[in-house]
Amino acid sequence: MQRIYLDYAATTPVRPEVLDAMLPYFSNEFGNASGVYSWSRTAHQAMDKARDTVARILGARPDEIVFTGSGSESDNLAIKGAAWANRHKGKHIITSSIEHFAVLETCQWLERQGFEVTYLPVDSVGLVDPEQVKQALRPDTILVSIMYANNEVGTIQPISEIGSILKDTQAVFHTDAVQAAGVLDLDVDKLNVDLLTISAHKFYGPKGVGVLYVRKGTNIEPLIHGGGHERKRRAGTENIAGIVGLAKALELSYEERDTENARLEALRNQLIEGLSAIPHSRVNGSLTKRLPNNVNVCFEFIEGESLLLNLDMKGVAASSGSACTSGSLDPSHVLLAMGLSHEIAHGSLRLTLGRGTTQADIDYVLQEVPPIVERLRAMSPLYRG
Amino acid sequence: MYSEKVMDHFQNPRNVGEIADASGIGEVGNARCGDIMKIWIKVEDNVITDIKFKTFGCGAAIATSSIITEMAMGKTLDEAEQITNKAVAEALDGLPPVKMHCSNLAADALREAIADYRKRNG
Repeated sequence: MQRIYLDYAATTPVRPEVLDAMLPYFSNEFGNASGVYSWSRTAHQAMDKARDTVARILGARPDEIVFTGSGSESDNLAIKGAAWANRHKGKHIITSSIEHFAVLETCQWLERQGFEVTYLPVDSVGLVDPEQVKQALRPDTILVSIMYANNEVGTIQPISEIGSILKDTQAVFHTDAVQAAGVLDLDVDKLNVDLLTISAHKFYGPKGVGVLYVRKGTNIEPLIHGGGHERKRRAGTENIAGIVGLAKALELSYEERDTENARLEALRNQLIEGLSAIPHSRVNGSLTKRLPNNVNVCFEFIEGESLLLNLDMKGVAASSGSACTSGSLDPSHVLLAMGLSHEIAHGSLRLTLGRGTTQADIDYVLQEVPPIVERLRAMSPLYRG
Repeated sequence: MYSEKVMDHFQNPRNVGEIADASGIGEVGNARCGDIMKIWIKVEDNVITDIKFKTFGCGAAIATSSIITEMAMGKTLDEAEQITNKAVAEALDGLPPVKMHCSNLAADALREAIADYRKRNG
C-alpha cells in the first residue's frame, strides 16, 4: 500500500544533508563547548558557525540568537521571561485566541501568577486586526505575543504592521514563527519583532532544538538557571549536533524557498479546489494570506477522527481539529475562535504538504477522500442527503 | 491505540441503516460534543428481531454502535436492557481510557430505544 505523509505541520523528516552535518558531533567531536581544549574548540566553532547562519537568515546579530530545546521552550522563555523581567513596568499581556498551546497555556499560567491577559479575537479567516491590538494596549502593557502563521489553518498574521504599532510603546513584541520558519521571510527588522521563536523539526531539522531570537536591549529572565550558557539566558550544555542540524536545515530551506513555495502552492491549490468541490464542505482560513502548504477543510455531518482512521487505512497521514484529536472534549480552539460551530469544527481535516509531496500524492488523495466522506455520511444520523 | 476488534467493526460496521417501521428508536449524545448514536429496533413477541444504527462520531463511537447491534439481536428486551457500556467495551477487547466516557454510549442508545418501544406499547 502507498504511504502518503501529509502532516508536515506536525513534524518533518530530517534531511539527509542535515543528518550528515550533525553526525560528526555525536561521537567524534563530542566535546563540551565550555572547555579550553581542542575538543571544546571544535564544538564551539561549530556552534558559532551555526549561530552566524541563523543570525544571517533572521537579519540579526549572532549574540541575539539563543538556542533552546524546542519551540515550546522558546515560547515559554519569551513570554515568562519577558513578563518576569518587566513586571515592575506593568502586568498586562496581549495575545490572540488562536495561538499554539505553548503560548496560550503559558499566558494562562501567568494569569494565575497575577498578570492580566487580553486574548484578541480573530475574524472568520483567522486574522488578527492590528487596530484591535492598538485598542487593547494599556499603559501597563508589557508584552504582546501574536503568532506569525497559524498551525491549523495556515493564516499569516500582519506581524510587521502590529510591530510598527508597538514601536513607540514599552511593550515587548514576540512572535511564534514556528510554522513560518523555512517558508516566510524571517527578517526580524522587517517584522518589527523583539522576540521570535522557531523550531528545527518543522523545517527538516532534528527534534529537540529551537531558537529564541532576543533583540539586543530586550530583557528576559531565564527559565533554566545554571552555567553561563547562551549568555546566561539558557543554562545547559549545548546540543551541538542539534544546533548544527538546525542551522543547516534553515539554510537549505531558505536557499530553496522560492521554488519550493511555488511548487507547494500549486499542489495546495489543487487540493483545496478538489476537496471544496465535495458537497457540504468549507475551506477554513484565508485563501490569500495562507501558508503555501496548508489545506484545512470541514466536511459537515462527519467527525474528524473517523475520517483520519479511514485515510490511514488508505495510507494517508493527516490531522484534524476534532475533539478526539485535540485532547479535550471541545474541537479546535482555532476553528471555534473563527466562528465555526462545534458540529462543523468536529469534521475538520488538515493536510499539510512538504518536500516529499508529489502530484501523484495529490491525485491519490483527491480520489480517496470523496468516497470516504460519502461512506461516513451514509452512516451519520445528521445527514439527510 | 484501538484494538483489532474495534478496527474491524469500524471498517466493516454491522447493521448500518434505519428501520422504516421500527418498534422503537433511541438517540443519545449531541453534535456539540462530537458523538450522536441513533438505534432503531424491531420487536416481535418481546424479542429484538431487527436492529440498525446510524452514528456520527469517532472510531470508538462507530465500533460500539456496530457491536451492540450484534449483541442485542435475538435477545429479549429484558436481556438486552442488561447490556452495559462496560460490557460493550469488553466485547471490543477494550477501548482507550479517553474514549470510555465520551464515545461509549451504545448501551444507553439501546436502552432509549427499548424505553421508546415500551412507551409506545404502554
